[in-house]
Amino acid sequence: MAHSESELRELRRIAATLRGNLIEMIPPGKVGHLGGSSSIMDVTAALYFNHMNVFDDPKDPRRDRCIFSKGHAVLAQYAAFAELGYVSHDDLHKVKTLDGTLQGHPDMDHTPGIEAVTGSLGQGLSVSLGMALGLRLDGSASRVYCIVGDGELDEGQIWEAAMAAAAHKADNLVAIIDHNRVQATDATENVMPNEPIKEKFEAFGWNAIQIDGHDFAQILDALDAAKACRGRPTAIVADTVKGKGFAFAEGKAAYHNAAMNEAEYAQAQEAVRRMKEEA
Amino acid sequence: MRKAYGEALLELGRENEKVVALEADLGKSTMSNMFGAEFPQRYFQMGIAEANMISAAAGLALSGHIAFASTFAVFASGRPYDQIRSSVAIARLNVKICGSSAGLSDFGDGKTHQSVDDIAIMRVLPNMKVLSPTDYYETKKMVKAMAELDGPCYIRVNRNDVPVVTSEDEPFEFGKVRCMRDGADVVLFATGYMVYQSLEAAKLLEAEGISARVINVSTIKPLDTQGIQAAAKGMKGAVTVEEASVIGGLGSAVCEALAEGPAESRVRVLRVGIMDCFGTSAQKYDELLTEYRLTPEDIAAKAKEAIA
Repeated sequence: MAHSESELRELRRIAATLRGNLIEMIPPGKVGHLGGSSSIMDVTAALYFNHMNVFDDPKDPRRDRCIFSKGHAVLAQYAAFAELGYVSHDDLHKVKTLDGTLQGHPDMDHTPGIEAVTGSLGQGLSVSLGMALGLRLDGSASRVYCIVGDGELDEGQIWEAAMAAAAHKADNLVAIIDHNRVQATDATENVMPNEPIKEKFEAFGWNAIQIDGHDFAQILDALDAAKACRGRPTAIVADTVKGKGFAFAEGKAAYHNAAMNEAEYAQAQEAVRRMKEEA
Repeated sequence: MRKAYGEALLELGRENEKVVALEADLGKSTMSNMFGAEFPQRYFQMGIAEANMISAAAGLALSGHIAFASTFAVFASGRPYDQIRSSVAIARLNVKICGSSAGLSDFGDGKTHQSVDDIAIMRVLPNMKVLSPTDYYETKKMVKAMAELDGPCYIRVNRNDVPVVTSEDEPFEFGKVRCMRDGADVVLFATGYMVYQSLEAAKLLEAEGISARVINVSTIKPLDTQGIQAAAKGMKGAVTVEEASVIGGLGSAVCEALAEGPAESRVRVLRVGIMDCFGTSAQKYDELLTEYRLTPEDIAAKAKEAIA
């Protein structure tokens, strides 16, 4: 299904807003996972504001589920939740504080819209698989979208889940790999080479698609293709840029989990202003 | 005892369609395969991949199911510890973990397959309930109770047929200790098959003029602290008896309860259990119980020491 230019423009506008929400959470001096949250932001926008069935009630049983297995990028989800009305901007400002509701990693007890507890890497794909199997058992049409980091693919459990998802023909499960090629301390190819990713998932029996993770037309087409695929789970390898949208941070491991200084924050604000203007 | 687990799981499956089961290629041993034979749609073979099994059980629980995940106790506790911690326990999900072939009960397979540490590992987890049934009937009642209890549970199940010391019709009360035999001199706090061994020890002690009270501690967490303190009150000493490491297990739990209790309950406690070592292979279960000093004679000797 081709998506209209107005749909794509709307998503560009939302993604700019979400990046604005992201930096709102981490003012100068406050540490946050800027890099991995911004690399997955466009996919997040496409999921919550176009592709997924999302409702005002975050617990509506008809909803599609999105689980960030790379839980450290949860700021991207919080940014979306603020626009969905699940959390307030006041909540955003209190992220990772004792009196706030937004934890450093996804916590379903604290945050409406969060579907599971993740953050210990490697587990979210298995949780998503169990959820997909449970939904299918109940005859639900809801689908499960799991965001996995490319560095996270180092975890052996990912491949346990990959094997099991194919064995159980979980075609209501989609894994989206945030392929930003940089992990906490260095480039992924230096820490632990794990290419080729698409071919690995194919070898495990998945339908696998590789896209530009910042191109909304490609993102939406891939999500549609995943939905149309029967009998197999789908892996979407989304080629992304760590820190996308914030030039000083792009492609740098140093901004995996760091605080911006005043000058960087001003640049980030200016970048968001321009994104909104251009969208 | 494992047959009771298989039967109870099957009965639960018939009573409640929300009950699902996951296995890691040991369903014949854990006897969850009885459930699988009748409910193939609700039975998930996850292969030899316990980490994935536990996290997937969390996902099934998140979609509204009561997920029973079974494998050997060593592979159900230590191996997927972080999956239990992060995916299950933090979120307080309805995942029921069966640690089968627990303790030394898988006598032939040796130290890699014998769980000395599962009670301690599971006890330390916030939100986790830890159950250790003593016989066939208690296992059946406990498995049924686990489906009703909200949140994660761990049950350790003996591989072997062990003597029955409870009856089919007596009610099971989760979270309460149960007096199996009253006595006035020494109290034996036992769990699992060691309740039977302790009852046998009490007979040996009786022959020597020592009156022993035997308490079945089948809910190890949450511990019935008041029940433990009340049972120790007025005793000359206490002994804990478990087929698990004395570090972090029932022995530790009872010591904590008594040390923090009223003065009249603060009796001397000696621990019978696996003394900070791993298991070993044997041809018979009884050979191991003798080797690891878990016989009625060993328990009686410790009881005499406790009140000396």
